[in-house]
Amino acid sequence: MSMTSTEIASRLAEIAGAANVASDPAQTAAYRVDGKTPAAVARPGSSEEVAGIVKFAAAERLAIIPTGARTKLGIGMPPRQYDLALDMTGLDRVVAYDPGDLTLSVEPGITLRKLESVLGEHKQFLPLEVPFMDRATAGGTIASGVDSPLRQLYGTARDYLLGMEFVTGDGVATKSGGRVVKNVTGYDIHKLMAGALGTLGVITKINLRTFPMPRMTRTYVATFRWANGACEFRHAIARSHLRPQSIEIIAARDSSLLRLDDRPEALFDKGRWSVLVSAAGEAGVLDRYRSELETLARGADRNALESFTELSDADQERLTSYIREFPALAPKASQPAAILKISALPKSLVGLAEGIRSMAIKHDVPWAVMMRGVGVTYLALMARDQSAESLRHLKDACSSALRCCVERMWGRGVMLWCPPEFKREMNVWGESSSDFALMQKLKNVFDAHGIFAPGRFVGGL
Amino acid sequence: MPANETRQSTAIDSRLLRDLKKLLGKDGVLHKPEDLLLYEYDGSVEVARPDCVVFPRTAEDVVGIAQLANRHKIPLVGRGAGTGLSGGAIARHGGIITSFARMNRIVEIDADNQRARVQPGVVNADLSTAVEHLGLHYAPDPSSQKACTIGGNVSENSGGPHTLAYGVTTNHVVALEIVLPSGELVHLGSTALDAPGYDLTGLFVGSEGTFGLVTEITVKLTRLPEAIKTLLAIYDSIDDATETVAEITARGITPAACEMLDGWTIRAVEDYVHAGFPLNCSAILLIDVDGLREVAEAEAKDVEDVCRRHRAREVRVARDARERDLLWKGRKNAFGAAGRLAPSYYTQDGVIPRTKLPATLRRISEISKKYGLQIGNVFHAGDGNLHPIILFDERNEKQFRDTIRAADEIIEFCIQVGGSITGEHGVGMEKDRLMPLLFSEADLNLMRRVRDVFNPTGLLNPGKILPDSKGCGEIYVRPQPASAAPPA
Repeated sequence: MSMTSTEIASRLAEIAGAANVASDPAQTAAYRVDGKTPAAVARPGSSEEVAGIVKFAAAERLAIIPTGARTKLGIGMPPRQYDLALDMTGLDRVVAYDPGDLTLSVEPGITLRKLESVLGEHKQFLPLEVPFMDRATAGGTIASGVDSPLRQLYGTARDYLLGMEFVTGDGVATKSGGRVVKNVTGYDIHKLMAGALGTLGVITKINLRTFPMPRMTRTYVATFRWANGACEFRHAIARSHLRPQSIEIIAARDSSLLRLDDRPEALFDKGRWSVLVSAAGEAGVLDRYRSELETLARGADRNALESFTELSDADQERLTSYIREFPALAPKASQPAAILKISALPKSLVGLAEGIRSMAIKHDVPWAVMMRGVGVTYLALMARDQSAESLRHLKDACSSALRCCVERMWGRGVMLWCPPEFKREMNVWGESSSDFALMQKLKNVFDAHGIFAPGRFVGGL
Repeated sequence: MPANETRQSTAIDSRLLRDLKKLLGKDGVLHKPEDLLLYEYDGSVEVARPDCVVFPRTAEDVVGIAQLANRHKIPLVGRGAGTGLSGGAIARHGGIITSFARMNRIVEIDADNQRARVQPGVVNADLSTAVEHLGLHYAPDPSSQKACTIGGNVSENSGGPHTLAYGVTTNHVVALEIVLPSGELVHLGSTALDAPGYDLTGLFVGSEGTFGLVTEITVKLTRLPEAIKTLLAIYDSIDDATETVAEITARGITPAACEMLDGWTIRAVEDYVHAGFPLNCSAILLIDVDGLREVAEAEAKDVEDVCRRHRAREVRVARDARERDLLWKGRKNAFGAAGRLAPSYYTQDGVIPRTKLPATLRRISEISKKYGLQIGNVFHAGDGNLHPIILFDERNEKQFRDTIRAADEIIEFCIQVGGSITGEHGVGMEKDRLMPLLFSEADLNLMRRVRDVFNPTGLLNPGKILPDSKGCGEIYVRPQPASAAPPA
């Protein structure tokens, strides 16, 4: 980059208006990614402005990171270059909402809370119960690929994403998919954009399928003495006819890590494995869930079951928000902490639980784990205190956990969050897979100049 | 350029034929004109002759085939059961058709993780049958499921009646083994969910055979529901039926399936299948609700209530599995029934927002009158996926031209109300010319460049999806046998 930040800002001001551009370090600091601060921030108000900014950046070879509420910028490797933050919160409109069709078209900067209230008026919702729920935007949520406990029943965003508009690295506005719930017209390029961490393009519009909001939801908790009972319970549910909307197995071995001051005490006692199951439906249906889940929990491992409870409304709300935020425990923790996401298969969860326990004991770090019913697992690791020694223990535990993913076949592992300095020696994405060459070629198609978040994604994409 | 022109220009090289026979054995290659006839067609109205058809047994065979095709610079096209409805498995510009008929093994069933690994030639329904004793099924259920293959389903991102609640193929495929046209074997996705990196599996599914040949597929298996209720609602007016569908959706009820047949189609079906459909009505809705016993019962009541509010003359609930199967047999054989009534038929596959159903069906009826063509309607009402069937006689040139015009007018209306040109049949060689109606040159350009990543020479399934073979709008017609493969 040969331009000064003032020059960049003045060119950006021509495109997006001076009021929507900043190069003052006091303002750009808020857009820092892994220690790198951009020279300028632009907050476009339309997709035309986005295209204009990208064209300018491509010509000047300025590296762009699109941002929403800036809650998940810690994910990924440090950018190789970062000149310009593209603050997308100015594009926050509902473009179209057809409750009768259960379809929605929004700009990426709209917050999930805002969407919740728009959809709630028509008793509809999006099954995106994701971390940072109070601030997160639709665009950031989909681009970062964070998942939701509700995926047990609804799948992930890629399953209800109908189409997208986006600006590619040459500043061209493009689209794929459509706005109807069933469509096979053209290639599903929008599926690539979901979870690409902004490395392929800047999302300017998102078309989604919405869902009728269940009238009533209940959460049940079965607490087991050991992991085997909890996993057996999960398998028993999978073999039954029940269709819960979420299943989470949680073990929290250190309450300081989890800041669970207001937790329902019994659930997270040291050494216990709790299974949280939530179901939706009418009263009669929920009665059946309660009795059948209890029977399944007792059958899973009678000796290991300590309790089976139906949560009160207040506890349900607390626990729902707890499991929703779990994947983001690390950036919210008071001590240095890390989150490892592991793609595991349901049947391997018992072995994984045991492996995690012995690894954490060996490295002497506080830990907690949340294993979703579909197998995707989040392991939280934390330093005991701020000391250099504790930090070193944490780092060793992180490296060891990533290694176990490969060597012990825990499943593909990604260090979702960790102290940025760890990334100097650690590839947070783990090993690349055999299809990486195709990913590289696709990256070149979308972003020939390598201006979109260079280096942040898998394999340095 | 027209398919017949290219066919001559790619007459098969004797060295290539020899190499293919060496690779696959003599019984692994067909090349005599009389043997190739069967492979000129799929379930659509398109026709083009391949130069040869090969039958690999392993992924290594497929690698070898791709390498040979690449070396000889000859088009390569994958093919499952040939039930597709947009010409996806037709060798538009000649070349080698790779039939997966002999790669039809279920490699692994992993009930605990609810996964199955299958070869591409496995017939859709066979997988569900193989896992039924475990209380599982493979959810996507195209109407041709007794014939169509999972490899073909992956290429076309096939749907089916029950995808309304369960999702289409792409929602059920987690990993793929593919052979690129260069001959390179690549694995996409993973058996466990959320493999890091771009969602190449999601991109590949529905790429209509233009990215690679699929040699193995890992799918999710879904628990069979505890209870299914099948309702048949009978109407004296099409509007009442379509408004019922709109209200079911608006009320937040998601049936497992919600299909509509109009009066003309009902009579055609009844004469053929004897499903017990009433002959003197204007429309029926065939609705499945499923899930826990309590859920299915409550939803059946809600659905029945909505049907009656919209003046259903009668609502029948299937008493047992036999009755249910018969009703569904009627639906799934509707296209076969249509094939008995005219020398040819053309099926459109438009999608519309569900609230636009009443207006769209009225428009189709106007178009039918305008051209004096019989148009039957049998479709996935619940997700707004229309399948108007236009009957015609291809010997009557004007009627054929009118048929294409009528089909185009229906599609134009779908687009006008915010819909799309294909919901589940694919673009193929049938609708590539319509792509510019939905996508800008920039959109299409990006799609071309994405395709080139996988298929840089363009020799894998050329002339499909993207309108890059300009002037290739011809549609070939043949008489439809009564057993024409039904669409999804």
